[in-house]
Amino acid sequence: MSEKYKIEFNNDLPIYSQLVAYMEKLIVTNKLLPKEKIPSVRELALLLKINPNTVQKALGELEQKGLIFTKRTNGKFVCEDESKIKKFKQELIYEKIKKFVDEMHKLQVSDEEIIKLVKGEEN
Amino acid sequence: MELLETRNLGKMYDKFVALKDVNIKIQPNKIVGLLGKNGSGKTTLIKLVNDLLTPSSGEVLVKGEKIGINSKKIISYLPERAYLDKSWKVKDVLKFFWEFYEDFDQDKALKLLNDLQLDEDIQIGKMSKGMQEKLQLILVMSRRADLYILDEPLGGVDPATRDYILDTILSNFKEGSSVIISTHLIADIERVLDEVIFIDKGEIILCEDADKLRKKENASIDEVFRRKFKC
Repeated sequence: MSEKYKIEFNNDLPIYSQLVAYMEKLIVTNKLLPKEKIPSVRELALLLKINPNTVQKALGELEQKGLIFTKRTNGKFVCEDESKIKKFKQELIYEKIKKFVDEMHKLQVSDEEIIKLVKGEEN
Repeated sequence: MELLETRNLGKMYDKFVALKDVNIKIQPNKIVGLLGKNGSGKTTLIKLVNDLLTPSSGEVLVKGEKIGINSKKIISYLPERAYLDKSWKVKDVLKFFWEFYEDFDQDKALKLLNDLQLDEDIQIGKMSKGMQEKLQLILVMSRRADLYILDEPLGGVDPATRDYILDTILSNFKEGSSVIISTHLIADIERVLDEVIFIDKGEIILCEDADKLRKKENASIDEVFRRKFKC
Protein backbone atom coordinates (compact mmCIF):
# COMPACT_ATOMS: atom_id res chain seq x y z
CA MET A 1 0.00 0.00 0.00
CA SER A 2 2.68 2.45 1.01
CA GLU A 3 4.54 2.26 -2.32
CA LYS A 4 1.68 4.00 -4.07
CA TYR A 5 1.91 7.00 -1.87
CA LYS A 6 5.38 8.24 -2.64
CA ILE A 7 5.13 11.91 -3.44
CA GLU A 8 8.04 14.21 -3.98
CA PHE A 9 6.53 17.36 -2.54
CA ASN A 10 7.73 20.75 -3.61
CA ASN A 11 7.79 23.05 -0.59
CA ASP A 12 7.28 26.11 -2.82
CA LEU A 13 3.67 25.13 -3.58
CA PRO A 14 0.69 24.51 -1.32
CA ILE A 15 1.04 20.93 -0.09
CA TYR A 16 -2.69 20.28 -0.22
CA SER A 17 -3.08 21.05 -3.94
CA GLN A 18 -0.09 18.81 -4.71
CA LEU A 19 -1.74 15.97 -2.82
CA VAL A 20 -5.04 16.50 -4.68
CA ALA A 21 -3.25 16.43 -8.06
CA TYR A 22 -1.29 13.33 -7.08
CA MET A 23 -4.37 11.41 -5.92
CA GLU A 24 -6.23 12.40 -9.09
CA LYS A 25 -3.41 10.91 -11.12
CA LEU A 26 -3.43 7.69 -9.08
CA ILE A 27 -7.15 7.34 -9.68
CA VAL A 28 -7.33 8.16 -13.41
CA THR A 29 -4.39 5.87 -14.18
CA ASN A 30 -5.98 3.01 -12.21
CA LYS A 31 -3.12 2.82 -9.75
CA LEU A 32 -5.94 3.21 -7.29
CA LEU A 33 -8.79 1.02 -8.48
CA PRO A 34 -12.51 1.73 -8.18
CA LYS A 35 -13.79 0.70 -4.73
CA GLU A 36 -10.23 0.55 -3.37
CA LYS A 37 -9.88 1.72 0.22
CA ILE A 38 -7.90 4.87 0.90
CA PRO A 39 -5.73 4.93 4.03
CA SER A 40 -7.05 6.96 6.95
CA VAL A 41 -6.12 10.61 7.35
CA ARG A 42 -3.61 9.75 10.04
CA GLU A 43 -2.06 6.91 8.07
CA LEU A 44 -1.65 9.11 5.00
CA ALA A 45 -0.23 11.97 7.04
CA LEU A 46 2.30 9.61 8.53
CA LEU A 47 3.19 7.94 5.24
CA LEU A 48 3.70 11.28 3.53
CA LYS A 49 5.06 13.06 6.60
CA ILE A 50 2.65 15.92 6.22
CA ASN A 51 0.00 17.59 8.32
CA PRO A 52 -3.18 15.58 9.01
CA ASN A 53 -5.38 18.64 8.38
CA THR A 54 -3.76 19.03 4.97
CA VAL A 55 -4.67 15.43 4.15
CA GLN A 56 -8.21 16.00 5.41
CA LYS A 57 -8.59 19.07 3.23
CA ALA A 58 -7.25 17.28 0.14
CA LEU A 59 -9.51 14.25 0.64
CA GLY A 60 -12.44 16.63 1.14
CA GLU A 61 -11.75 18.21 -2.23
CA LEU A 62 -11.45 14.81 -3.94
CA GLU A 63 -14.76 13.84 -2.39
CA GLN A 64 -16.37 17.03 -3.69
CA LYS A 65 -15.12 16.18 -7.15
CA GLY A 66 -16.75 12.79 -6.78
CA LEU A 67 -13.52 10.81 -7.12
CA ILE A 68 -13.74 9.29 -3.67
CA PHE A 69 -16.58 8.70 -1.23
CA THR A 70 -17.03 8.00 2.45
CA LYS A 71 -18.63 4.83 3.77
CA ARG A 72 -20.04 5.85 7.06
CA THR A 73 -17.94 3.78 9.39
CA ASN A 74 -15.40 2.16 7.11
CA GLY A 75 -13.46 5.13 5.78
CA LYS A 76 -12.92 6.50 2.31
CA PHE A 77 -12.94 4.61 -0.98
CA VAL A 78 -12.28 5.33 -4.66
CA CYS A 79 -15.42 6.08 -6.68
CA GLU A 80 -17.19 2.94 -7.96
CA ASP A 81 -18.45 4.55 -11.14
CA GLU A 82 -15.83 3.92 -13.80
CA SER A 83 -17.52 6.14 -16.40
CA LYS A 84 -17.25 9.04 -13.97
CA ILE A 85 -13.51 8.44 -13.60
CA LYS A 86 -13.14 8.22 -17.38
CA LYS A 87 -14.96 11.51 -17.78
CA PHE A 88 -12.75 13.12 -15.18
CA LYS A 89 -9.67 11.83 -16.98
CA GLN A 90 -10.89 13.44 -20.21
CA GLU A 91 -11.40 16.75 -18.46
CA LEU A 92 -7.93 16.52 -16.93
CA ILE A 93 -6.41 15.81 -20.35
CA TYR A 94 -8.23 18.74 -21.99
CA GLU A 95 -7.19 21.05 -19.19
CA LYS A 96 -3.52 20.10 -19.56
CA ILE A 97 -3.63 20.35 -23.35
CA LYS A 98 -5.28 23.75 -23.18
CA LYS A 99 -2.59 25.00 -20.84
CA PHE A 100 0.14 23.69 -23.15
CA VAL A 101 -1.44 25.09 -26.29
CA ASP A 102 -1.95 28.50 -24.62
CA GLU A 103 1.73 28.56 -23.70
CA MET A 104 2.71 27.68 -27.27
CA HIS A 105 0.47 30.43 -28.64
CA LYS A 106 2.18 32.88 -26.32
CA LEU A 107 5.43 31.80 -27.93
CA GLN A 108 3.75 32.46 -31.29
CA VAL A 109 3.79 28.84 -32.37
CA SER A 110 0.91 28.11 -34.76
CA ASP A 111 -1.45 25.15 -34.37
CA GLU A 112 0.05 23.45 -37.40
CA GLU A 113 3.53 23.83 -35.98
CA ILE A 114 2.42 22.48 -32.60
CA ILE A 115 1.02 19.35 -34.24
CA LYS A 116 4.19 18.88 -36.24
CA LEU A 117 6.36 19.33 -33.18
CA VAL A 118 4.29 16.95 -31.07
CA LYS A 119 4.50 14.32 -33.79
CA GLY A 120 8.25 14.84 -33.89
CA GLU A 121 8.27 15.90 -37.53
CA GLU A 122 11.02 18.19 -38.72
CA ASN A 123 10.06 21.76 -39.60
CA MET B 1 -12.66 29.53 22.83
CA GLU B 2 -8.94 29.64 22.10
CA LEU B 3 -6.83 26.82 23.43
CA LEU B 4 -4.01 29.26 24.11
CA GLU B 5 -3.97 33.03 24.01
CA THR B 6 -1.36 35.57 25.02
CA ARG B 7 -2.34 39.19 25.57
CA ASN B 8 0.29 41.90 25.27
CA LEU B 9 2.76 39.47 26.79
CA GLY B 10 6.16 40.95 27.58
CA LYS B 11 9.32 39.91 29.38
CA MET B 12 12.29 42.05 30.38
CA TYR B 13 15.58 40.91 31.87
CA ASP B 14 16.81 44.06 33.59
CA LYS B 15 16.75 46.50 30.70
CA PHE B 16 16.88 43.87 27.97
CA VAL B 17 13.56 43.33 26.20
CA ALA B 18 13.30 39.59 25.57
CA LEU B 19 9.65 39.64 24.53
CA LYS B 20 7.43 42.54 23.57
CA ASP B 21 3.67 42.78 23.13
CA VAL B 22 3.09 39.21 22.05
CA ASN B 23 -0.50 38.51 21.01
CA ILE B 24 -1.04 35.03 19.67
CA LYS B 25 -4.01 32.69 19.53
CA ILE B 26 -3.77 28.95 19.09
CA GLN B 27 -6.87 26.94 18.16
CA PRO B 28 -7.41 23.25 18.89
CA ASN B 29 -6.37 20.67 16.30
CA LYS B 30 -3.45 22.61 14.81
CA ILE B 31 0.24 21.98 14.41
CA VAL B 32 1.97 25.32 14.74
CA GLY B 33 5.59 26.17 14.00
CA LEU B 34 7.18 28.80 16.23
CA LEU B 35 10.00 29.88 13.98
CA GLY B 36 12.82 32.23 14.78
CA LYS B 37 16.57 32.54 14.83
CA ASN B 38 18.61 31.73 17.92
CA GLY B 39 17.94 34.30 20.62
CA SER B 40 14.70 35.55 19.03
CA GLY B 41 12.59 34.83 22.12
CA LYS B 42 11.14 31.40 21.33
CA THR B 43 12.17 29.75 24.57
CA THR B 44 11.21 32.78 26.65
CA LEU B 45 7.72 32.68 25.16
CA ILE B 46 7.43 28.93 25.76
CA LYS B 47 8.61 29.24 29.35
CA LEU B 48 6.07 31.99 30.02
CA VAL B 49 3.28 29.80 28.66
CA ASN B 50 4.44 26.99 30.92
CA ASP B 51 4.46 29.25 33.97
CA LEU B 52 8.22 28.88 34.45
CA LEU B 53 8.88 32.61 34.12
CA THR B 54 6.89 35.56 35.42
CA PRO B 55 5.77 37.99 32.73
CA SER B 56 6.81 41.62 33.00
CA SER B 57 3.53 42.60 31.36
CA GLY B 58 0.43 41.02 29.87
CA GLU B 59 -0.99 37.57 30.48
CA VAL B 60 -1.30 34.02 29.23
CA LEU B 61 -4.68 32.28 29.03
CA VAL B 62 -5.19 28.57 28.49
CA LYS B 63 -8.78 27.69 27.59
CA GLY B 64 -9.71 31.16 28.80
CA GLU B 65 -8.20 30.65 32.26
CA LYS B 66 -5.06 32.12 33.77
CA ILE B 67 -2.23 29.62 33.77
CA GLY B 68 -1.56 27.47 36.83
CA ILE B 69 -2.30 23.93 37.95
CA ASN B 70 -5.11 23.49 35.43
CA SER B 71 -3.04 24.57 32.47
CA LYS B 72 -0.15 22.32 33.53
CA LYS B 73 -2.52 19.38 33.57
CA ILE B 74 -3.34 19.79 29.91
CA ILE B 75 -0.01 21.00 28.51
CA SER B 76 2.72 18.47 27.78
CA TYR B 77 6.01 20.31 27.56
CA LEU B 78 9.34 19.20 26.11
CA PRO B 79 12.06 21.56 27.33
CA GLU B 80 14.98 22.50 25.17
CA ARG B 81 17.50 20.83 27.43
CA ALA B 82 17.78 17.41 29.02
CA TYR B 83 16.23 17.60 32.47
CA LEU B 84 15.90 13.99 33.57
CA ASP B 85 17.98 12.85 36.52
CA LYS B 86 20.86 10.93 34.99
CA SER B 87 21.13 8.56 37.94
CA TRP B 88 17.59 7.30 37.34
CA LYS B 89 16.72 4.24 35.33
CA VAL B 90 14.18 4.33 32.51
CA LYS B 91 11.62 2.53 34.68
CA ASP B 92 12.03 5.14 37.45
CA VAL B 93 11.12 7.94 35.06
CA LEU B 94 8.15 5.99 33.75
CA LYS B 95 6.88 5.55 37.28
CA PHE B 96 7.46 9.22 38.02
CA PHE B 97 5.47 10.34 34.98
CA TRP B 98 2.74 7.84 35.73
CA GLU B 99 2.37 9.10 39.30
CA PHE B 100 2.66 12.75 38.37
CA TYR B 101 0.40 13.09 35.35
CA GLU B 102 -3.17 11.76 35.31
CA ASP B 103 -3.13 11.66 31.53
CA PHE B 104 0.07 9.62 31.17
CA ASP B 105 -0.49 6.54 29.00
CA GLN B 106 1.98 4.03 30.39
CA ASP B 107 1.13 1.35 27.79
CA LYS B 108 1.85 3.74 24.96
CA ALA B 109 5.16 4.76 26.50
CA LEU B 110 6.16 1.12 26.98
CA LYS B 111 5.26 0.30 23.39
CA LEU B 112 7.30 3.21 22.06
CA LEU B 113 10.26 2.27 24.24
CA ASN B 114 9.95 -1.31 23.08
CA ASP B 115 10.03 -0.15 19.44
CA LEU B 116 13.38 1.42 20.25
CA GLN B 117 14.47 -1.76 22.03
CA LEU B 118 15.25 0.36 25.03
CA ASP B 119 15.79 -1.62 28.19
CA GLU B 120 13.85 -0.33 31.19
CA ASP B 121 16.71 -1.13 33.52
CA ILE B 122 19.24 1.06 31.79
CA GLN B 123 20.42 4.16 33.60
CA ILE B 124 19.68 7.40 31.78
CA GLY B 125 23.21 8.72 32.18
CA LYS B 126 24.49 5.67 30.31
CA MET B 127 22.33 6.26 27.27
CA SER B 128 23.56 8.14 24.20
CA LYS B 129 22.49 11.76 23.84
CA GLY B 130 20.20 10.89 20.94
CA MET B 131 18.57 8.11 22.94
CA GLN B 132 18.00 10.44 25.89
CA GLU B 133 16.27 12.89 23.59
CA LYS B 134 14.07 10.14 22.19
CA LEU B 135 13.17 9.02 25.70
CA GLN B 136 12.13 12.54 26.68
CA LEU B 137 10.03 12.87 23.56
CA ILE B 138 8.33 9.52 24.24
CA LEU B 139 7.45 10.62 27.77
CA VAL B 140 5.99 13.90 26.53
CA MET B 141 4.05 12.36 23.64
CA SER B 142 2.65 9.59 25.85
CA ARG B 143 0.52 12.10 27.70
CA ARG B 144 -3.03 12.58 26.42
CA ALA B 145 -2.65 16.33 26.55
CA ASP B 146 -4.62 19.10 24.86
CA LEU B 147 -1.51 21.03 23.96
CA TYR B 148 2.00 19.74 23.31
CA ILE B 149 4.76 22.33 23.39
CA LEU B 150 8.04 21.09 22.01
CA ASP B 151 11.03 23.41 22.34
CA GLU B 152 13.59 22.61 19.64
CA PRO B 153 12.86 18.89 19.40
CA LEU B 154 15.07 18.62 16.32
CA GLY B 155 18.08 20.51 17.60
CA GLY B 156 21.40 18.70 17.50
CA VAL B 157 20.17 15.34 16.17
CA ASP B 158 21.06 13.51 12.96
CA PRO B 159 18.61 13.36 10.01
CA ALA B 160 17.50 9.78 10.77
CA THR B 161 16.67 10.77 14.33
CA ARG B 162 14.79 13.81 12.99
CA ASP B 163 12.59 11.46 10.97
CA TYR B 164 11.98 9.37 14.06
CA ILE B 165 11.05 12.46 16.07
CA LEU B 166 8.64 13.76 13.41
CA ASP B 167 7.02 10.33 13.07
CA THR B 168 6.64 10.03 16.82
CA ILE B 169 5.00 13.45 17.04
CA LEU B 170 2.66 12.82 14.09
CA SER B 171 1.57 9.38 15.22
CA ASN B 172 1.08 10.11 18.89
CA PHE B 173 -0.47 13.51 19.51
CA LYS B 174 -4.00 13.16 20.83
CA GLU B 175 -6.82 13.55 18.30
CA GLY B 176 -8.03 17.16 18.36
CA SER B 177 -5.09 18.46 20.37
CA SER B 178 -2.61 21.08 19.20
CA VAL B 179 1.16 20.98 18.92
CA ILE B 180 3.55 23.91 19.03
CA ILE B 181 7.02 23.13 17.70
CA SER B 182 9.74 25.71 18.04
CA THR B 183 12.69 25.42 15.69
CA HIS B 184 15.05 27.17 13.35
CA LEU B 185 15.31 24.01 11.18
CA ILE B 186 12.33 24.93 9.05
CA ALA B 187 12.92 22.87 5.93
CA ASP B 188 12.76 19.66 7.96
CA ILE B 189 9.35 20.26 9.45
CA GLU B 190 7.46 22.74 7.30
CA ARG B 191 5.24 20.12 5.66
CA VAL B 192 3.73 19.05 8.95
CA LEU B 193 2.71 22.58 9.94
CA ASP B 194 -0.79 24.07 9.72
CA GLU B 195 0.31 27.50 10.80
CA VAL B 196 3.53 29.37 11.22
CA ILE B 197 4.49 32.10 13.65
CA PHE B 198 7.65 34.08 12.90
CA ILE B 199 9.33 35.66 15.89
CA ASP B 200 12.25 38.08 15.77
CA LYS B 201 13.92 40.20 18.44
CA GLY B 202 11.12 39.33 20.86
CA GLU B 203 8.30 40.39 18.56
CA ILE B 204 5.82 38.38 16.53
CA ILE B 205 6.20 39.50 12.94
CA LEU B 206 3.94 37.05 11.11
CA CYS B 207 1.16 34.54 11.84
CA GLU B 208 -0.20 32.73 8.82
CA ASP B 209 -1.64 29.50 7.46
CA ALA B 210 1.30 27.56 5.98
CA ASP B 211 -0.24 26.74 2.58
CA LYS B 212 -1.66 30.25 2.20
CA LEU B 213 1.77 31.70 2.85
CA ARG B 214 3.33 29.39 0.21
CA LYS B 215 0.72 30.49 -2.29
CA LYS B 216 1.05 34.18 -1.48
CA GLU B 217 4.84 34.24 -1.59
CA ASN B 218 5.27 31.53 -4.21
CA ALA B 219 7.94 30.02 -2.03
CA SER B 220 8.57 27.53 0.72
CA ILE B 221 8.24 28.60 4.35
CA ASP B 222 11.99 28.14 4.65
CA GLU B 223 12.56 30.55 1.76
CA VAL B 224 10.10 33.13 3.13
CA PHE B 225 11.88 32.93 6.47
CA ARG B 226 15.29 33.45 4.86
CA ARG B 227 14.03 36.48 2.91
CA LYS B 228 12.56 38.09 6.01
CA PHE B 229 15.60 37.51 8.19
CA LYS B 230 18.42 38.15 5.80
CA CYS B 231 21.47 38.97 7.90
